Amino acid sequence: MVDQKVHEIILASIQKPVVGEAGKTGSWSRFKPKIDLDKCTVVKMNKDVCHFCWLYCPEPIISRTIPPKINYEYCKGCGICAEVCPPKAIKMVEESEL
Amino acid sequence: MTNVEEYQVMTGNHAAANACKGARVQVVAAYPITPQSPVVEKISFFIENGELNARMVRVESEQSALTACVAASATGVRVYTATSSHGLLLMYEILCWAAGNRLPIVMNIAMRSVGAPWSVWTDHQDAFTVRDTGWIQMFCEDNQEIYDTNLQAYRIAEDPSVYVPTFVNYDGYILSHTSMLVKLEPQKKIDEFLPPLKHHLNLGDMNVVMGVCPVTTPNIVKRAEGTAPGYYEFRYSLQRSIENSINKVKEVHDLFAEKFGRSYGNGIYKTYRAEDAEMYIFAVGSVASESRLAIDKLREKGVKIGLISLKLFRPFPTKYLRELFKDAKLIVVFDRDIGYGYEGILCYELKSALYQSINRPFIKGYIVGLGGRDVNAEDLINGVYRSIDLEKKNEYSEQTEFIGLKLDELDFLQKEVK
Repeated sequence: MVDQKVHEIILASIQKPVVGEAGKTGSWSRFKPKIDLDKCTVVKMNKDVCHFCWLYCPEPIISRTIPPKINYEYCKGCGICAEVCPPKAIKMVEESEL
Repeated sequence: MTNVEEYQVMTGNHAAANACKGARVQVVAAYPITPQSPVVEKISFFIENGELNARMVRVESEQSALTACVAASATGVRVYTATSSHGLLLMYEILCWAAGNRLPIVMNIAMRSVGAPWSVWTDHQDAFTVRDTGWIQMFCEDNQEIYDTNLQAYRIAEDPSVYVPTFVNYDGYILSHTSMLVKLEPQKKIDEFLPPLKHHLNLGDMNVVMGVCPVTTPNIVKRAEGTAPGYYEFRYSLQRSIENSINKVKEVHDLFAEKFGRSYGNGIYKTYRAEDAEMYIFAVGSVASESRLAIDKLREKGVKIGLISLKLFRPFPTKYLRELFKDAKLIVVFDRDIGYGYEGILCYELKSALYQSINRPFIKGYIVGLGGRDVNAEDLINGVYRSIDLEKKNEYSEQTEFIGLKLDELDFLQKEVK
């Protein structure tokens, strides 16, 4: 019976964005970004400025908040945020040093 | 008595454009190619003078044209395109995407030969080449049929039990550039026959964020939002849908006939003098038209022959043809196309369909009129007589036979042979 309706139900292959589509990708890396809040422009100016880390994060797991927050459950540790941070407030550190 | 005032004189291309207008298509993307170009010119004209409220997307190639159509169709609007020959082949990849996403696009193919050598004249090679891409495919024999079949095509393609893109094919020049009487139907009547599209996809809805065609794995996909079918299930569904669409094709044809008073056989094939026939000519498009003349002449000579002009090529109407040909002695297939290294495509499709029949008829195929070489009744008659002879002797020729070759007119060849 299921077979009779298949062609009316299975149409285009679609996908809706959801959190954790590929599992807990935070377990993929050894190094994680750590924000030094004393150096972070957003925190220092207490304004929605800079936010390069939020803008460049490919996942995206850095929030556009004051201060920016990192969701380590899904951070793959690519290090782009550390690379683009203008005041060098983000450092890649061993998970144990977080 | 026909009221002549209701009719207009127009080419096949303009009949196709008028059908688009009647169907209220919303997006058109096409790239000009001989002999299809006047279709798009006419549609541009309709849009420009406000007769048709549609968006014409200008593109730089046929591949882009169909890509634009695919994207537009995924936003839930009615889409149209037309092409020929190399343009169609350039679209090949996107044809598969359109079918795989089950987008009810309607495309006209003004059929033309494929190079090399370069030729702009008609044959059916381009249309038959794309038969395995997952589209429904129908052939026409006159300009009114182009208009009517296009209107039917939208209704078939957009049916929720179908959702399959559809080709409507007609011969380049022989129909595309030949003027005939065509009756255009009033908009109100068309609207009653063809309701607005209810699409299964609407990427234009900004409240629903989704992507179409993520990588779809061999097996069932386990996603955070639930299980999703694998590639295999999607392709099974497509095949099922095209197989089942044959009933819808017939149903829509009958509805159309009831509403507009014009019918084309049973919507699947057309017959001519076939009631008491013992043998048949089997052909599509222009070759079928010419076969009518051949059949009249053969009937005068007492040959009990009829024509089956195939209208629906995909899905291939196997069940109907088995029933139709159950008592046939001989079928002569004239192909204006060829599967190089084998034989005429229509011929081997028919042979395959009738293989399981209890009384298998003798089937003889010929190649005719490639690259616009004239197909005339005399040649077809000779083909039929030769087939009758071969059937009596139960003799199969090993080589594919071409009718209408003019090798004897090549003087350099005559010198070679001597």
